Amino acid sequence: MSRKPNAAPVNDAADDILRFDAVSMRYGRGPEVLSDLTFGLPRGSFHFVTGPSGAGKSSLLKLIYLAAKPSEGVVRLFGEDTSRLRPSQLPKLRRRIGVVFQDLLLLDHLSAFDNAALPLRIAGHRPSEYRNDVAELLAWVGLAKRMNALPPTLAGGEKQRLAIARAVVNRPEILLADEPTGNVDHEMALRIFRLFVELNRLGTTIVIATHDQDLVARSNKPVLHLEGGRLAPLPPQGPAA
Amino acid sequence: MSEVFDPARWRPAPFLPQKDARDPALILVVAVLCFLACLTAMGVIAADRAARGWAGELTGEATVIVRARGGETPDAAAARAAEALAGVRGVSEARALEREKAYDLVRPWLGDVADLEDLPVPRLVAVTLDREQPATAAALSGALKAQGIDAVVDDHSVWIKDIRRAAGVVRWTGAGVFLLIAVAAGAVVAFATRAGLTARRDVVEVLHLAGAEDSFIARLFQGRFAGIAALAGAIGAAAAALLGAILRLVGGGEGITPALPFAWTDLLAVLPCPLLAAGVAALSARLTATALIRDL
Repeated sequence: MSRKPNAAPVNDAADDILRFDAVSMRYGRGPEVLSDLTFGLPRGSFHFVTGPSGAGKSSLLKLIYLAAKPSEGVVRLFGEDTSRLRPSQLPKLRRRIGVVFQDLLLLDHLSAFDNAALPLRIAGHRPSEYRNDVAELLAWVGLAKRMNALPPTLAGGEKQRLAIARAVVNRPEILLADEPTGNVDHEMALRIFRLFVELNRLGTTIVIATHDQDLVARSNKPVLHLEGGRLAPLPPQGPAA
Repeated sequence: MSEVFDPARWRPAPFLPQKDARDPALILVVAVLCFLACLTAMGVIAADRAARGWAGELTGEATVIVRARGGETPDAAAARAAEALAGVRGVSEARALEREKAYDLVRPWLGDVADLEDLPVPRLVAVTLDREQPATAAALSGALKAQGIDAVVDDHSVWIKDIRRAAGVVRWTGAGVFLLIAVAAGAVVAFATRAGLTARRDVVEVLHLAGAEDSFIARLFQGRFAGIAALAGAIGAAAAALLGAILRLVGGGEGITPALPFAWTDLLAVLPCPLLAAGVAALSARLTATALIRDL
């Protein structure tokens, strides 16, 4: 069966949780890694970001999680123009975003439980307010018996799920995941994807950057496809296996 | 098999790793600096005490050199001078010294002269001044002049000035050395903070992206290095106090040299060291971390 192109619509909705208007980005004085991107993501939506290596997927996510600023254009997140934010405003905004980084960025000296609880501690919550929630969340992602384990002792899939738990523990409004199934087997990839679907069902806006065409094809979710830093039509797909 | 995890017993772990391979070296350097700072402080206190003692002794006394006039014998002139000085306000006692004292003073220059009696050797009058309101050199000279006595008053002001100047130099030098050591300690901690931040860039990045404020992250480094410096300060202070105690035991109340008369209370000077070291380290780490985090 041929997969139908499911490219994300470019709309003008004013209540988008995220909106790019003619956004370009470059690192320093280097070439543009993103060019003239215009799109919007409605609250509660689920999108994939696809494209070959170097297409700009990770840079796009960086703009969203406020680790970079556009060199041109406007990025609106939660209705705020991110270019106009003062440094002191960034932390509070970041607490509304969950990120699963490509290299996970787990802290090796902290237990799985401490890693998962990190965003809640940073937000200033008392342990008594969240310790049971964190335990439940870790159980939900299948790490009930690994809460005390340090990340270096966890298997690849366990680390991935721990990173997801940390990203969602403070119930972010938008969850970004950069190649979240990159280092796990097919079965684990599907489990992780089902986690994202469940979170999306609970109201979280999901954006996943991935190379995993099979996952994208099975999901039937809208796709932002990047080619050379620009939004491009999805390439034609061959018959699915 | 791993122990069953009980969330109710969970206590948040420190955000920063508690052990770092660089810590022992940092503790050693800061401890040595604190040791030197404490020795400086104790040395300045002891030297200041010696200077005050000497100045106090000299301030309370004056020496009057009396030369006989006309047919008066030197001893009679000295006795008259002592009597005149005893009546001056601000003088507790005036005493003509025995002639042997005067001879002892001139003997090194004249040698063993057989008939010193025949020479007009001036006599000395030792004047003890009132501690509260000592008489001035001018008042003493005036009283002697009024009695027609040929005399020179030495109120030791030249020596006192020198001693006070020397004490001031010691104090300011001590303060300068203390400041230099504090700056050096601050620089060492700044260097360590920079290295720590670079080594823990992953932690800083994760905390940042999870919504930690710059000040929150800077506080972590501030607390960590303040703790290390406090420990190093305590070690340095203890070592300095031990050395001070040994000097006190060996030298007694006079110290090992009259210029450094150690007292047991001088050892208290080391007490603020851990706190000061922690303060300097906290400030240095905070400023360095804040500047670096801003640039991340």
